[in-house]
Amino acid sequence: MNNLDFLMAGVGGQGTILASNILAEVGLQLGYDVKKAEVHGMAQRGGEVDSHVRWGSKVYSPLVEENNVDYLVGFEMLEAARFPQYLKEGAVSLVNDYRINPPLVNLGKAQYPSKKEIESLLLSRADKVIWVEGTGIAKELGNPAMVGVVMLGALSNLVGGDKEAWLEVIGQMVPPKFVDLNKEAFLEGRKVTG
Amino acid sequence: MKKLMTGNEAFAYGAYLAGVRVGAAYPGTPSSEIMDNFSRYPGVFAEWSPNEKVSLDVAIGAAYAGTRAMSSMKHVGLNVASDSLFYAVYTGVKGGLVIICADDPHMHSSQNEQDNRNYAKFAKCPMLEPSDSEEAKQFVGIALDLSEKFETPVIVRSVTRLSHSSTPVEHSDATPPPPPEEPPLYERNAQRYVMVPANARRRHPIVEDRLKKIAEYAETMPINFIEPGDDQLGIISAGVNYHYAKEVFPNATFLKLGMVYPLPEKLIREFADRVKTIVIVEELDPFLEEQLKLMGIEARGKDIFPMLGEFSPTLVRNCAVKAGLIPTPEAPPEIKTDLERPIRPPMLCPGCGHRALFHVLRENGVLVTGDIGCYTLGAAPPLAAMHTTGCMGASIGVAHGIDKGNVKDDVVAVLGDSTFLHSGIHPLIDVLYNQGTSTTIISDNSATAMTGFQEHPGTGKTIKKDETALVDPEKLVRGIGFEKVDVCDPYDIDQMEKILKDHLQSDMPSVIIARHPCVLNAKEKHTPPEVDPELCINCGICLDIGCSPLIQEEEHVRVDALLCNGCGLCVKVCPQEAIIEK
Repeated sequence: MNNLDFLMAGVGGQGTILASNILAEVGLQLGYDVKKAEVHGMAQRGGEVDSHVRWGSKVYSPLVEENNVDYLVGFEMLEAARFPQYLKEGAVSLVNDYRINPPLVNLGKAQYPSKKEIESLLLSRADKVIWVEGTGIAKELGNPAMVGVVMLGALSNLVGGDKEAWLEVIGQMVPPKFVDLNKEAFLEGRKVTG
Repeated sequence: MKKLMTGNEAFAYGAYLAGVRVGAAYPGTPSSEIMDNFSRYPGVFAEWSPNEKVSLDVAIGAAYAGTRAMSSMKHVGLNVASDSLFYAVYTGVKGGLVIICADDPHMHSSQNEQDNRNYAKFAKCPMLEPSDSEEAKQFVGIALDLSEKFETPVIVRSVTRLSHSSTPVEHSDATPPPPPEEPPLYERNAQRYVMVPANARRRHPIVEDRLKKIAEYAETMPINFIEPGDDQLGIISAGVNYHYAKEVFPNATFLKLGMVYPLPEKLIREFADRVKTIVIVEELDPFLEEQLKLMGIEARGKDIFPMLGEFSPTLVRNCAVKAGLIPTPEAPPEIKTDLERPIRPPMLCPGCGHRALFHVLRENGVLVTGDIGCYTLGAAPPLAAMHTTGCMGASIGVAHGIDKGNVKDDVVAVLGDSTFLHSGIHPLIDVLYNQGTSTTIISDNSATAMTGFQEHPGTGKTIKKDETALVDPEKLVRGIGFEKVDVCDPYDIDQMEKILKDHLQSDMPSVIIARHPCVLNAKEKHTPPEVDPELCINCGICLDIGCSPLIQEEEHVRVDALLCNGCGLCVKVCPQEAIIEK
């Protein structure tokens, strides 16, 4: 059983925590020891939200370690760009092709890095950066808040586990009236890497 | 069945399984979810108390009555409750009493990073420290057994990383033992429970003797154990730090301490005899290290690891490499980049009523003494309208002191409704009694918003959302004796400004209740306005209210309709009337 370390990075309100809860639960269902830690500041909305999820035969620390992350899932481009030092060589970055300006950028006092700059920074460690039209797909399905499940769909092809196992956990963890829509979002996400 | 639970969920579950029937708390990150979760179990009484001291007194009373009880709080909450902790250690308890207290290394959401293990020593109260959610569940029960065996309160220490991490917990259909069918009579024993000097003097030697006995008992407790490994290196650790150390020193011999005070000295000596070098991995203060050194045992700790901030496996590994304890691991080359990655500082939410208040305060150049809550974000630029913040309830006393200290500035205290009921009433009495002239603004959003919208005595609802008596802050301050009291919605900025100026000019001590329910909690949302690009001159005045949906572009400002709450504050502040309500 391989140990797998995930780092999910997003902005408050994007559903980063729900997605990491699903990822952790899937790991447990697949028979892994699992730990998960969240790192977020004081903001209810709009602040940075990072979530660490670890699958392994035996996991001690809930926090991932620098140089060791297998999969970086960025729900927002700039948020992904904060964590290249966590990646192991050969890691994969899945990044939502979506930009949310920090306040200083909105005020014209700071520059938002370009997509190309972000990609080349991540590639200094990662083998590849997979761009996912996550918010775009979720919006088309009718709710941009499902971006997390789209990203999980794209991730699921890479880490394995039966598709049904993922769908079952999604069914248990999202609000009942949104189950079908979320399952659809997950399957759309799978197509990106499938 | 294994179930993923946060540390806080597991604390609540453990308390329920162990038969805790009375739980009381004041919310505070990272501890808030303990009582939230506990309140949902059947057959228990749970409450949000006005503050941590009240919550601990309630739990102590229940324990005096022979019921198992719990009080939970964040680390600085124990400062507020410490007076009660100290007397409860002297009187002791009958039913088990557990105090779950969560420290916040790195100050993710706190004003300091005090190490509350020091309270265990200071108050002479045993302390357990679980390392993951399964232990969090189990240690509550162990703490309650210990509490009843030795008739003492027991503190269970958490940290942010335990309270807010999810790890597997063994979950079953087990239920707690049922309560007695017939309520017993209260056992009256004034000599023990009335802490007048003569009685307290009799209790103190009992406390000292009890600590010695608990230390002896600690030698036999399975939560303190040695994990054999390579005896060249012996690691002593407790809590989440144990897991970081296991990642970094997988082959070392470990002494894992489930109880951090009092310590099992014989076990530690046995460990010291066995290993060549002892290294203590502990966040914040050298609490274990100092005790080992007092025992005359050589150990390394703070010469390797910092006294500041939060540990992580990365930090522990880097320090261990630097100290030569482990070889430099193979790692990819360091990433060197000068790419600008602007931060996302916490900000008041779009639609937040505090923003309108701080806008008015800033426009009037008022000196603002602040307090603890969402509204502390009023100190951040571009609002930058708060000038002091110390701890819960400090704003009013500090404003009164500045008033008496005599400066030219107009000074007002600003605090939230929950914070006011937590510890704002006494300083307000002080302002009145000692002839102050300062103005207190209760920025009332009708929730304990910062920690997750918990109810409080001013919301008229209990922790279970049942209807209950409502403590109206206006009636309360009038009842204290304040004559100059006004209530207004800060979104009416003209009215807000008029009232503010009137209060500042007055020599009477006064209170303004600026009431606008939290829009997240009330789920209030309106249609976002639009900027008329023909009218907007891009002056940037609207940007000074620090609202994230307002985006400055080359020619004009734009409103991000996805983020916007439609509160209309920007519409009111735009001098060009270029932001149009829809």
